Amino acid sequence: MADPAIAQIEDLTFAYGREPVLHGIDLDIPRGKVVAVMGQSGCGKTTLLRIIAAALLPTRGRARVLGQVTADLDRDALYALRRRMGMLYQFGALFTDMTVFDNVAFQMREHTNLPEDAIRDLVLLKLEAVGLRGAAPLMPAELSGGMARRVALARAIALDPELILYDEPFTGLDPIALGVIARLVRQLNDALGATAVIVTHDVAETLPLVDYVYFMADGRVVAQGTPAEVRRSGVPFVEQFVSGAIDGPVPFHYPAQGYGADLGLAASA
Amino acid sequence: MRAALTHLGAAVTAGIWRLGYGARFFAYLLVHSGTAFRRFRLTLREIYFAGVLSLIIILVSGLFVGMVLGLQGYDTLQRYGSSEALGVLVALSLVRELGPVVAGLLFASRAGSAITAEIGLMKATEQLSAMEMMAVDPIARVVAPRFWGGVLSMPLLAALFSAMGIFGGYLVGVVLIGVDEGAFWSQMQAAVDVRNDILNGVIKSVVFGVAVTLIAVFEGYDAVPTAEGVSGATTRTVVTSSLAILALDFVLTALMFTGGN
Repeated sequence: MADPAIAQIEDLTFAYGREPVLHGIDLDIPRGKVVAVMGQSGCGKTTLLRIIAAALLPTRGRARVLGQVTADLDRDALYALRRRMGMLYQFGALFTDMTVFDNVAFQMREHTNLPEDAIRDLVLLKLEAVGLRGAAPLMPAELSGGMARRVALARAIALDPELILYDEPFTGLDPIALGVIARLVRQLNDALGATAVIVTHDVAETLPLVDYVYFMADGRVVAQGTPAEVRRSGVPFVEQFVSGAIDGPVPFHYPAQGYGADLGLAASA
Repeated sequence: MRAALTHLGAAVTAGIWRLGYGARFFAYLLVHSGTAFRRFRLTLREIYFAGVLSLIIILVSGLFVGMVLGLQGYDTLQRYGSSEALGVLVALSLVRELGPVVAGLLFASRAGSAITAEIGLMKATEQLSAMEMMAVDPIARVVAPRFWGGVLSMPLLAALFSAMGIFGGYLVGVVLIGVDEGAFWSQMQAAVDVRNDILNGVIKSVVFGVAVTLIAVFEGYDAVPTAEGVSGATTRTVVTSSLAILALDFVLTALMFTGGN
């Protein structure tokens, strides 16, 4: 029987220099689900995504992804693991010197011996799934932000990955493009039988879309559960984050000395 | 004083560290160059961008350098009644020195900077990370074809520069000034040696091609992934590779032409 968790993070600490950005994280990504990792900018969620993608290795603890401990992999094993994953970057990261068609065909040409006819059919299938079959001959510079993100999504699912990682997929999109991407993330995941991890801070679009949520603050998981559970969790940070309140556990004011002292009032009093 | 010494020590250590990183990068690049040759179409594309698109600047510069050599050479040679040796002077100057060196400097400015900017921007826009995430090694797929494209282009560009320069010298010396055409070509043919002059010139241009292209791909790959970082890397490519060409030229000239040739 398949492992119920497609990725497991155990007691993970990660530091870029001496200062850890992730502290003692424990987290499971259940197979077949769409899971969100949410939190403020700089809370360590993108770092966590890169650890799941085996682009970074834990300083302490363990990341087990698709049944393999990432720290134990050599280059060939790492690349074999990555062929089972897809990743959507924040701004698409499309290859700017290739057409939309060639971007989606890239992995097929690199990793398979499929004839060009079969690659053509598969690429058109993937582009049709994101509604951009007609854009196949365009260059990335000719696409809008939303279209580029959809092409990147088609490229991420080119080899039918088991695990799809999304790094801030909704950033910088207009409401229509945002709605399209959100619907595609869910539909493609269900159609492919894949598992998705979405790193985002977009509450309104994400919570209705996902099966499970981890909330992070200051490099720690502060709440987790289904969207309904986290809404009811009563954790002050989650309540502030979901409601968008300007003050709370995350203060409005950057730490400073007293206002009166700054204006020189304390001295004259 | 202590702070200055600490600063100097840190700068030296950082320089040595970067040199070591560059050497490891070069070794890794050589080991993973298979794709550049197995799928030679990728390298051909880079030969087009680095070589073919540099042709105009190389040919026009070669022509003018040759014309200037013709004028200056004639002015000096005719004082000693040796103006028919103009062909030898122009050809040896170009084939031994000016061809590889000036073509190398132009190649660094035109193609080297473009290679650095392209790879640096690919890094800044996460295209290299995306490739890595698709289990495709960016050094094998992106860097190696550009490196070999540059290395193969450079000797051809240097040869074209020299040929165009000799034609420029002919235009000024023979067509404009009236030096005897037979003496111009026959003395050149008699004095220019294939091994000592032409082969050594080719070796220089290959070495310069390796140096310039290696610096260009390394600076691009190692660029800080921001607009400022890519701009700095592009500048470093032009400055470092120009200095490398001039320093290597001295070393190679000392090795090649100090045996009485």
